Amino acid sequence: MSDSLNYFRQNRLPHIWCPGCGHGTVTGALTRALAKLGIDKNNVAVVSGIGCSSRAPGYLDFDTLHTAHGRALAFATGIKLSRPDLKVIVMTGDGDCTAIGGNHFIHAARRNIDITTIVMNNSIYGMTSGQYSPMTPTGLLGTTAPYGNIERPFDLTKLAIASGATYVGRSTSYHVQLLGELIEKALLNKGFSVVEAVVGCPTYFGRKNKLGGAVEMFEWQKDHAVNAKAAAVMAPEKLEGKFLIGELYNQAAPEFTAEYAALVDGVRRKYDNFQGGVRECAQNSD
Amino acid sequence: MSEQRKRTFEHVIRERWCKGCNVCVAFCPKHVLALRNGKVFAERPDECIGCRLCELRCPDYAIEIKETGLERPAGKDASCADYAIPPEANHA
Repeated sequence: MSDSLNYFRQNRLPHIWCPGCGHGTVTGALTRALAKLGIDKNNVAVVSGIGCSSRAPGYLDFDTLHTAHGRALAFATGIKLSRPDLKVIVMTGDGDCTAIGGNHFIHAARRNIDITTIVMNNSIYGMTSGQYSPMTPTGLLGTTAPYGNIERPFDLTKLAIASGATYVGRSTSYHVQLLGELIEKALLNKGFSVVEAVVGCPTYFGRKNKLGGAVEMFEWQKDHAVNAKAAAVMAPEKLEGKFLIGELYNQAAPEFTAEYAALVDGVRRKYDNFQGGVRECAQNSD
Repeated sequence: MSEQRKRTFEHVIRERWCKGCNVCVAFCPKHVLALRNGKVFAERPDECIGCRLCELRCPDYAIEIKETGLERPAGKDASCADYAIPPEANHA
């Protein structure tokens, strides 16, 4: 912890998150993964949107950016393209990532740009007092769903895999060691990496749905998470109502900034070697 | 095996950061920790096995385990510290 504490703006702590909010655990896991990999804090940029989860960069001693709602990935894409040597990390929430920033998310995944995205899924908009989000499970309550949510939630990991992300994992704030490992692998992966961290919101989600306090929410995660390796040999009826954790997808694909640099190199070579005539460079003919 | 002595650990607690959410207390496998006046407190530090689950799960970075080596006079640890001094003072 002492090593990873160096990655914090310690004069900003204690943070504003409620007692028992999993966001703190996830942010701690990220700093521990960075400390373990020995990444210099000057080579990291952390970007976030709006929401409880997006307060995280304010406590982290990197170059950080707190941007418009849902647009964290758009800003991060800009940073990564102008400075491909930086390690760009996006910390976002379920509403920020899947509702307001849904399009940015699928297109960042499609491009396979080298950004590590940590989605803290607390199933609700905590900052604005508990409206239901696209990740609120069917039937559960929110301030805008007082009789239960009738919509079906996203499966973020499947969405990420289908959109083209090259590393996808899921863990919870209870399974914090696994979360650390996944974040570590995601940071090392060259391409778009998504780690979904299921966290509890004891203040709004827990209270509204009578799930209990912080400890009960951690226990809920313990009871409902099944490791993907264990699930492979389990009967489907036993997996009813459970969600998978662990590394769910890891497959290399061409990375966007590398492809872009190669393209720029190729085009530059072509123009530098230009000897005259219009055949090779139609654009210059006028 | 008989030569092996008990490993001892020190609990560094930053009371100012602790919000008393009870997560560390509930998931400590050896029931070392307890809440006192809404803040975490190492009630039975001798029982600690150094698994660091409290440190990993703490959402507020308020607890930290330090190994103090093999065998050491019991009863004196960070939880007995004078909290008039800000606890972060030692952890710059």
